[in-house]
Amino acid sequence: MPDEPNAFQTALALILGRDPDLIGIVALSLQVSLSAVLIAALIALPLGAALALWRFPGRGAVVVMLNALMGLPPVVAGLAVYLLLSRAGPLGEFGLLFTPGAMVIAQVILVLPIIAALTRQQVEELHDDYREQLASLGVSRLRRIPTLLWDARFGLTTVMLAGFGRASAEVGAVMIVGGNIDGVTRVMTTAIVLETGKGNLPLALGLGIVLLGLVALVNAAAHLVGETARRRVG
Amino acid sequence: MKNAGLTLVAIGLTGLSLGVSAQEGDRYITLASTTSTEASGLFDAIIPPFTAKTGIAVRVVAVGTGQAFEIARRGDADSLLVHDTDGEKRFIEEGYGSERADVMVNDFVLIGPGGDPAGIANAESVTEALSLIAEAQTPFASRGDDSGTHRAEQRLWENAGVEPGGEWYRELGSGMGPTLNTAAGMNAYAMSDRATWVAFDNRQDLELLFEGDEALFNQYGSILIAEEPHPHLKHDLAAQWHQWLLSEEGQAAIDDFEVKGQQLFFPNAHPD
Repeated sequence: MPDEPNAFQTALALILGRDPDLIGIVALSLQVSLSAVLIAALIALPLGAALALWRFPGRGAVVVMLNALMGLPPVVAGLAVYLLLSRAGPLGEFGLLFTPGAMVIAQVILVLPIIAALTRQQVEELHDDYREQLASLGVSRLRRIPTLLWDARFGLTTVMLAGFGRASAEVGAVMIVGGNIDGVTRVMTTAIVLETGKGNLPLALGLGIVLLGLVALVNAAAHLVGETARRRVG
Repeated sequence: MKNAGLTLVAIGLTGLSLGVSAQEGDRYITLASTTSTEASGLFDAIIPPFTAKTGIAVRVVAVGTGQAFEIARRGDADSLLVHDTDGEKRFIEEGYGSERADVMVNDFVLIGPGGDPAGIANAESVTEALSLIAEAQTPFASRGDDSGTHRAEQRLWENAGVEPGGEWYRELGSGMGPTLNTAAGMNAYAMSDRATWVAFDNRQDLELLFEGDEALFNQYGSILIAEEPHPHLKHDLAAQWHQWLLSEEGQAAIDDFEVKGQQLFFPNAHPD
């Protein structure tokens, strides 16, 4: 495949060249996906923990539903958000369509089930170990949520990274709700789609390599923080 | 933990404010247009001079013509630049558009494997060329996405008296560039607008095999959205863009645009 060295050279040139357009695209990708993961985590972590602690009728159905939503196709999430935010839709008056805000909303919908479902599972296992101890101390279920989340924090970092992977890799949702507008809503994945459409495959693959490197950096940073914290605890 | 939580909230709010800040202050319009104009790089050439003159930025959402109409119908675009004259007129008749004007033309070309198994290179007309492809049952990659190019292709099959179908006729449901990528991969014939073809880099064995028939003429039109269904749109700014495209300056900018030394769009606004 003659394209391979080309793509790596292109990726290297892209990184070394520090093209302002590329930097803008990279920054927006990070901003959108990190915001989406953090907003989703704020909702999904307590939600997942609560689901692990409370027993109520229909709980099994909620758990199955949440697990199933981990497979929600990005293009479907994008379409739903598009219809919501479109001027003709219920939230149209906010004028959010074709803005980074719309992209964040769509990615929150994609990431939230992943974080909630995996948190539920992790906290449930942890709770099984601590149940009697917590009960003997008379800790209410509501108070157990922060305790258990804090105790599971290392595992939950990986959960959040899984969410970030989903957000930074998807193209179907951001394409529809962002519109891939040059300089406004163009992110790494939509730029790759555009360059592929132009038949500029080395550049498209080069951008893909840059994206992969970026995701690796975020993972490395999380790993580093986790290791440092673990050492301090241990 | 508390601090971490606060940081999270702060970063989250920054994320949401992205949407807000993009809305405030700057003067811009949203233009729904086609993948062919975007992929060829035309907008990179003609939008900067317009923005420099008026201070109005143009945000292009490049989709198929069918989807562009739908975006405009829902009130999500301030202006349209598309290439499906019949559809454009219908759009006006339905009351969604207030004004339509010819802006420029380019043409469609037939692309195919270098060996030309159906022998279309010497065809007299595009209808003959399409008939040859249908007779030979050689693979043909169709956009199949209700875009302007797809609609034009369907009209041409109709003129050729062929109802395309069967294993050789492959509806891809994708944009022009992806369709050319697929055609290159399966050595199929395809119809492309000239702009996307010239700017396209992954040709492999594909070559331009047929061109020049008047029936392959591809008219682009600019449409202003009617005030009535969508009063919130930036009608004033969009009108400035529309007028500029038709002005001498806008037409000259289109005329000057070249890819690989080749002019791709020919301005043809009618001064009235």
